[in-house]
Amino acid sequence: MGFFLAQILTGLANAGALFMVASGLSLIFGVTRIVNFAHGSFYMLGAYIGYTLMQVLPGAVGFWGAMLLAGVAVGVIGAFVEMVILRRVYAAPELFQLVATFGVILIVQDLALMIWGPEDLLGPRAPGLRGVVRIMGEPVPKYDLVLIGVTPLVALGLWALITKTRFGILVRAATQDREMVAALGVNQRWLFTGTFGLGCALAGLGGALQLPQGGADLLMDFTILTSVFVVVVIGGMGSLPGAYLAAVLISVLGVFGVAYLPQSTLALTFVVMVAVLMWRPFGLLGREEVAGEAGQVGPPEDPIRPAGWSVRAGVALALLALGALPLYGSDFALVLATDILIFCLFAASLHFLLGQAGLVSFGHAAFYGGGAYAAALLVRHAGAPMELALLLAPLIAGLLALAIGWVSLRATGVYFAMLTLAFAQLLWSLVWQWAEFTGGSDGMVGIWPADWAGGNAAFFWLAFVLCVAGILVLRHAAHAPLGYALRAARDNPARAAASGLAVARLQWVAFAFAGAMAGLAGGLFVFAKGSVFPNELEIARSFDALIVVFLGGVKTLSGGWVGGAVFEAGTDWLTRFEYWRLALGLTVLFIVTLAPQGIVGAARRLWQRGRS
Amino acid sequence: MLEAEGLDVFYGKAQVLSGLSLHVARGEVVALLGRNGAGKTTTLKALMQMLPVARGTVRLSGTEITGAPPYRVARAGLGYVPEERRIFTQLTVRENLEVGRQKPREGVPAWTEEGLFALFPNLAERADAPGRALSGGEQQMLSIARTLMGNPACLLLDEPSEGIAPVIVAEMVRAIRRLKGEGLTILLSEQTLPFARAVADRVAVIDHGRVVFEGTFDALDAAPGIRADHLAV
Repeated sequence: MGFFLAQILTGLANAGALFMVASGLSLIFGVTRIVNFAHGSFYMLGAYIGYTLMQVLPGAVGFWGAMLLAGVAVGVIGAFVEMVILRRVYAAPELFQLVATFGVILIVQDLALMIWGPEDLLGPRAPGLRGVVRIMGEPVPKYDLVLIGVTPLVALGLWALITKTRFGILVRAATQDREMVAALGVNQRWLFTGTFGLGCALAGLGGALQLPQGGADLLMDFTILTSVFVVVVIGGMGSLPGAYLAAVLISVLGVFGVAYLPQSTLALTFVVMVAVLMWRPFGLLGREEVAGEAGQVGPPEDPIRPAGWSVRAGVALALLALGALPLYGSDFALVLATDILIFCLFAASLHFLLGQAGLVSFGHAAFYGGGAYAAALLVRHAGAPMELALLLAPLIAGLLALAIGWVSLRATGVYFAMLTLAFAQLLWSLVWQWAEFTGGSDGMVGIWPADWAGGNAAFFWLAFVLCVAGILVLRHAAHAPLGYALRAARDNPARAAASGLAVARLQWVAFAFAGAMAGLAGGLFVFAKGSVFPNELEIARSFDALIVVFLGGVKTLSGGWVGGAVFEAGTDWLTRFEYWRLALGLTVLFIVTLAPQGIVGAARRLWQRGRS
Repeated sequence: MLEAEGLDVFYGKAQVLSGLSLHVARGEVVALLGRNGAGKTTTLKALMQMLPVARGTVRLSGTEITGAPPYRVARAGLGYVPEERRIFTQLTVRENLEVGRQKPREGVPAWTEEGLFALFPNLAERADAPGRALSGGEQQMLSIARTLMGNPACLLLDEPSEGIAPVIVAEMVRAIRRLKGEGLTILLSEQTLPFARAVADRVAVIDHGRVVFEGTFDALDAAPGIRADHLAV
């Protein structure tokens, strides 16, 4: 009994930071309709800033003051980010906003590295709360009890702010109908800035509050993000009580999981999430999100047309020149070109999903890494030859996509995006934890191609043929009935369904198809590198692909591979610098605010302007 | 008070308003009549700058407001009551009114919660009920009251009589006359002539995105062609 109670108390204590970050994310989404991916980064900043302030400010007053100040400071930083960056993208399609917040993540990561260094920082203990209290014979840290008490207070304060003040009333009104709020004379800019700042302050406070338990490190932004997404999906986006309920549920579950079935913690969380979604697709206390209700669908897209003969001839010539690279290129050029080709296929597969099916997946790396691990595991554990591994990699990735899609596609919009990210993260953790089978963080090395494809030139040709073929198949699918049906379902699911299209099944097929193509890219990657590590499944890898698709231009057919080529070549050059994330993040923000149609879109506009 | 000159408005490539001009004098109630799809709602939204105006100008009390963000238009004294009412269903009646509250304006009646509850007694009874619990007529009253909380000099009412019970329509007529008595300028869109006749001083008939007739009801009665060509269904 005592043990049971202690476990519940630990769970409640752990729920504190999670609730604050999740409620901030929820609040921001409710008003601005932006899923703030950088929310984990603000949480991390809260921890680091709190740490620094605690070093400077003395005693108990300094300790608690530092926490509050950290929240305020992060709130101010958040408000600044909103004013400088997000204000420019409110009217843009969802993807732009996401990419803008990715840019912020990258920048914050490097800034934190610059300021606080790569070492994990151990959080200071709360003055006077160092020991434990015995509750029914079980030790419970005193600080846990403080957390258990503080969290409902913060929740109560937040509730009062939202229900009792004019600001809160405006926030709730804007959550329902922004346009009407503006027509009533409310300047939404300040409302948005205020909400964003408040949400970030909550994240920062959460980060500072957990310092005595968890300290500060450079990975905590992504770690919390996954949990927060799970909490928000379970609790319901935009619902504060939902966020609290789900944070407690997940934390308590996690604590019991650790106690009874250490390997099951992740799986347990996901089983709960899937169960909740089956029962209530918009979370325990959430409401249905209507796509485009916030006016983010953007202008209707022009129909796509097959390229003209001149373009085709140009592409054929370029392909010929690329195919002949081994005849004139250096070894370095060959290796780089192989990497670029593989990445282009990966990006093109996500681009297909985004552009044709309108499904914004945040976890596409699950299939890229899934294909890579499938190939590597086949070689390692089944002694499969390269040819078989390359054949099975896309098949296994496709099956994986079928399974993940079966659950994720029950949700739409941001819920879908978060689910895909959560599943990718689950896969990543699985590979990480199941070290005896997958090699864990050491990865798997020595997975080399067959003898005939062993040379740089031979492998380049293999990658060239498979990747170009893959991209052409994706392109062909866009012009085939599948593509027409997908675009119809994307633009108006209700009408598409009324015309006899099985929308859900179509999207499922598209998801699996894109997953299989990503798996092929992953399989090729393993043999190109001779190794695979869990970071091929990371959130960062999914983000890379999203950034690339965005960079190339979502609304253009060639956006995927053009963006992929530019990105891979660019990062090859960028990563030679220490703070390349900062540079990449700034580039992304630059593009988001100045060339939102992407490379291909901007080039096309220039071309059309030149002609007219 | 409110002057629109040569407004062009497009939805994508389709032109919805072409060279629409309209004038409402201070203290006047003008009814904008027209069939479904004639462009009534678009006109009101364009006046409110909730739609991009491709060509033409809108002036409020002599100040040009074309292209201004809607919140500035509202603060300049133009109040908008949408056809769908768009009340905040999750908020109570009082909270809905709070969203609309703005500072008092010089030379315009300043509204308070009590004043509006006196104008619409039904709302007073439901002051703490959530918006979603209101009937259609009550929602319409709340939508008007909410906009009045901003103390507008000129009110845009989009089909105030649509879809509400006849008893409530009578009450709406009474309320609009009362607002006119307070010195408010009103432009309202309508599909039905009787309601327009009951509240308005003048009438403007709109068809295919342009004003085809502007004048008194007597003049409209004297021009049967206008009614037959542009109003009859």
